[in-house]
Amino acid sequence: MAIKIQTKNLNFFYGEHQALFDNDLTVEEKAITAVIGPSGCGKSTHLRVYNRIFELYREQRAEGEVLLDGKNILDADVDVLELRRRIGMIFQKPTPFPMSVFENVAYPLRLHYKLSRSELGDRVRQALIDASLWDEVKDKLKSSGLALSGGQQQRLCIARAIAVEPEVLLMDEPTSAIDPVATLKIEELMFNLKQHFTIVIVTHNMQQAARISDVTAFFYKGKIIETGATKQIFTNPRNRKTEEYITGRFG
Amino acid sequence: MKKKTIFFRKSTDRLVRFASGLAVAVAVAVMFWIIITVFRYGSSALKPGFFLNPSKPYGIPDGGIANAFLGTIFITFGAAVLATPPALLGGICLSEYKEFRRLNAVLRFAANVMMGMPSVIVGLFVYTSVVVPTGNFSGFAGSIALAIIMFPVIMRTTEDMLGMVPYALRESALALGLTRTRTTIQIVCRSARKGLLTGILLALSRVSGETAPLLFTALFADRWPWNYFTQPTANLPVLITEYSTNSPFAEMHRAGWGAALVVTVLVLAINVATRILFREKKHGN
Repeated sequence: MAIKIQTKNLNFFYGEHQALFDNDLTVEEKAITAVIGPSGCGKSTHLRVYNRIFELYREQRAEGEVLLDGKNILDADVDVLELRRRIGMIFQKPTPFPMSVFENVAYPLRLHYKLSRSELGDRVRQALIDASLWDEVKDKLKSSGLALSGGQQQRLCIARAIAVEPEVLLMDEPTSAIDPVATLKIEELMFNLKQHFTIVIVTHNMQQAARISDVTAFFYKGKIIETGATKQIFTNPRNRKTEEYITGRFG
Repeated sequence: MKKKTIFFRKSTDRLVRFASGLAVAVAVAVMFWIIITVFRYGSSALKPGFFLNPSKPYGIPDGGIANAFLGTIFITFGAAVLATPPALLGGICLSEYKEFRRLNAVLRFAANVMMGMPSVIVGLFVYTSVVVPTGNFSGFAGSIALAIIMFPVIMRTTEDMLGMVPYALRESALALGLTRTRTTIQIVCRSARKGLLTGILLALSRVSGETAPLLFTALFADRWPWNYFTQPTANLPVLITEYSTNSPFAEMHRAGWGAALVVTVLVLAINVATRILFREKKHGN
């Protein structure tokens, strides 16, 4: 399979404190890569480098290389707005904008693309269909995005993210604030999404990682301890730490 | 182990509860006392002419407060128009652009000083810097004085209200490739819009009864406030002061109380409106 993102010698700092140590990771195109590990091990930190969202906080700093299609996204000449169009992100808590369901998807679309009214409508509809939300919201496109249930809000955020046609979707514990039924829906959705997108998901839930991902990376104390095909990691881990974690002896 | 007696713990608990209850009762009682007093003395002035006629010079009957009421509206709204844009921008800077540390420290310090400044000094300042150079007392000068008082109040509530917007919302907007300006205006301010409006309304209610700054700026005049920009302008706080301290006529004393009642109801109405507004906001989220 083709390589979409290649991380080389990635180090990350919160001020003086170093949070990531020499991370090397290969993310395959149109596959789901799961990032697992105990709390505070740097999973989210690692993910937040890919779209440079960490730059919102001045004291945070990344060193090393994150190659997206061979180009280092940490270079100064990279346009972050375009980078973030190419790499979308879904957060732990659903974050619909204070606008209608339709506008939630249309607003970012309009910023990135020149579209006629009917094209815009089609694109919004398609994104909502692709996020398996259309049937539930087609009659309330004008009501507030905040009025939807938690699971629906999260799928609205996914629709919003995929509408701008990104290449990669980063998911930072996207189901940890959502009930089991809605979680299942989102997992099924991810299966469909990987036809078109490269997905990297951070999850606390090891069953989830085992169910949905093709590749798993195990993080511990800011280091990547082991990476491999998900099946191999969960049935036959090479590292003792990985084995201890996936069998629930710590974490 | 020897057991400790719980009598003292329980009685302290009761004492504290009683003391806080008492404090609440005192505060509420004083508020009602003021409202009742204002109603008792002010209600006798409330006749149709009182609301429809402009004020008249000493000793001339059938004077009303219509011009002062309108003047107060002009002056306070003028103040809101002057104060709101810079105060919102200042609040946005404090909350959303934390990397401007030096600038924000200066801004915060200035706001604190302005917040603690006696309003009479603000009045004097505007008198020397606006009224004297232009040669005229005016309603607009009054608006400038009130705007100076409103500015730090609106700025601080703006900062607080924007601070209540979860960080995840900003991050998800930025993660979609929005610029920071768009994120701030379209997403963060929009989320907090009811809170921002509340801050403006509270500042408005805070200055609507300010008297000292207006004595040096808007002054007073027994005519309609159409010359708001160039001439002394009637307003309720100065009317109350004048009628109740400088007049020997009982009718004017009554009118002063009537005007006090109107101001009280006005402030009360603004406060109730903001409460309703803010409660809706919490339901919405």
